[in-house]
Amino acid sequence: MNIIYVDNNATTRVDPAVVEAMMPYYTENYGNPSSMHAFGGNVSRAISKAREQVASLINASPDEIIFTSCGTESDSTAISATISSIPDKKHIITSRVEHPAVKNLYEHLAKKGYKVTFVPVDRQGSLDLDFFYDHLTDDTALISIMWANNETGVVFPIDEITRAANDRGIVLHTDAVQAVGKIPVDVQKTNVDLLSLSGHKIHAPKGVGALYVRKGTKFTPFLIGGHQEKGRRGGTENVATIIGLGKASVLAEELVKTGMAKVGRLRDRLEKGLISRVQNAMVNGDTSSRLPNTTNISFEYIEGESILLMMNELNICASSGSACTSGSLEPSHVLRAMGIPFTAAHGSIRFSLSHYNTEEEMDFIIEKMPPIIDRLRRMSPFWNQGKPANTMLTGAECPL
Amino acid sequence: MWEYTDKVKDHFINPRNVGFIDNPDGMGEVGSLACGDALKLTFKLGDDKKISDAKFQTFGCASAIASSSALTEMIKGLTLKEAADITNDDIAQFLGGLPKEKMHCSVMGRDALEKAIAYYEGATIQQKEGEIVCECFGITDIEIRRAVQESGLKTVEDVTDYVKAGGGCGNCHDRIGEIISEVRGKPVLVKPVPKALTNVQKIKMIEETLDREIKPALKKDGGDIELVDFDHNTVFVRLRGTCSTCAKSQVTLKSYVETKLKELVSSDLVVSEVQQ
Repeated sequence: MNIIYVDNNATTRVDPAVVEAMMPYYTENYGNPSSMHAFGGNVSRAISKAREQVASLINASPDEIIFTSCGTESDSTAISATISSIPDKKHIITSRVEHPAVKNLYEHLAKKGYKVTFVPVDRQGSLDLDFFYDHLTDDTALISIMWANNETGVVFPIDEITRAANDRGIVLHTDAVQAVGKIPVDVQKTNVDLLSLSGHKIHAPKGVGALYVRKGTKFTPFLIGGHQEKGRRGGTENVATIIGLGKASVLAEELVKTGMAKVGRLRDRLEKGLISRVQNAMVNGDTSSRLPNTTNISFEYIEGESILLMMNELNICASSGSACTSGSLEPSHVLRAMGIPFTAAHGSIRFSLSHYNTEEEMDFIIEKMPPIIDRLRRMSPFWNQGKPANTMLTGAECPL
Repeated sequence: MWEYTDKVKDHFINPRNVGFIDNPDGMGEVGSLACGDALKLTFKLGDDKKISDAKFQTFGCASAIASSSALTEMIKGLTLKEAADITNDDIAQFLGGLPKEKMHCSVMGRDALEKAIAYYEGATIQQKEGEIVCECFGITDIEIRRAVQESGLKTVEDVTDYVKAGGGCGNCHDRIGEIISEVRGKPVLVKPVPKALTNVQKIKMIEETLDREIKPALKKDGGDIELVDFDHNTVFVRLRGTCSTCAKSQVTLKSYVETKLKELVSSDLVVSEVQQ
């Protein structure tokens, strides 16, 4: 069965070279890096090398890298560490389109008494910078804004945001889980204080992530325990996956330099092909500032889960911002924050590519999608003989 | 990924009776684009007064399409009286079951059928009556009561799964809980709401907020404030120093002091000034 995998913002295939690098740390080199004997010490050295590799990917220094279990742990650690280090400030800022790892934590903190500002985005998914500047106060402890959005691929002006934070002495964290490995991320050029990244988005396994903490940034550990990670994250190291993240970082560094341009061309081919062949289809998100691998397309008057399951019949794997796919009854908070109309939000499909994708695969999708869309539209009461139908049901009866 | 039965998958991939019957005997439309699913059902009666043909058009997820397809198959050959007895659980059972979160798809089928039969009988299409409980999805207490009764729903979450009520902002969860207990005749656990502060706690927090936040800010401009009394969520304060003679003191009181107290202590507080 040939899978066409265009859901790489959800997770990625582990690179075979990564698996190969990891395997000895399950089979032969199973020592504990904290042990006194050389058998464990060798493992400790391997972790140091992985730390250098991850640091190199974002141009950090190795001792600024803390290994974690996932992107969510990195985000939680960064945010919790900052607010507990700055207890007298009670205002925190984020955007309305963050990943749940940040969004839900901020909502939790709002209930705990923090004053939380969610910066809105415009119809293109771009951040409202005027609003952002207007809400920076002396009481602001932390700004956490994603580098790139997982659903639309829109890249935020993180340089400018960081400068604004630096100028005012506000701690800046960025969830760069989607940006790292796809576009250049350089913490010397972009002076962020904290940065989260995740292994399984860059062809390393699930269960490993990293948090960059700039030297001099106030920090309190989230997982309190042993002296691992210089006391900044307790718990025995998940050695093999850390080695995997190191190897994946080396490969990602190379890909960002040379490989992503090809991915961008494939994405553009797919996007143009679909938009030109399907009427009432539109791209969501600012195409002038976007990850090279992502396109989010709304097919109006039909529903995303149905589209995905029809695609599933052809072994095409993508994802949707529709309500039905999330188990909630509302479409994605990202598309709603952008003000995408309901005719389009329910039928949004995200294609996210990797360097494993081929031109043939894109052409296959371009060939197969129009009949799927057509078939579902012929079933839809909102579609009639090749165009949107005039029907009483289109009215926005529910003001969600 | 949802765990759909083979029958759901079959009715989704190969839906039966897609379309619209011209000059139908019965027609029912439910749902809306905004809410994420909608169904238009039409049927024709034969000479024997049994449903001879039925067609559907559905906007929605796989289970919405499968429920509609199943419904058209189920009602063909039935008299209207027989068709009227079909419940949403019958539709779900016909499909070998639906994921709990998708039960509202079967409810949508049942509702469309009811409307289509009413259309035939010349009854005006039922206006929504009763109190709107869920404003996000426009669901009334009558619809919620019916679902609780017919499907034996026990929790707010159940109600959301069956009729969508409570699936948006969540403000109506308490009211849904009340309706469930009214119908079922016993109290129901709703999502725990933050415990209300006691008066003593409020006064303590107001004092703290005044000392920590508000007084230092006013003192910068040579003003001051003191807490005089607290009664029924009204905070009585007296302005001191330059504040007491300042023309803008009322603005300070409402837009700064009251806002701060609402934000940091309790949203139901009102600030009132006691004259010197």
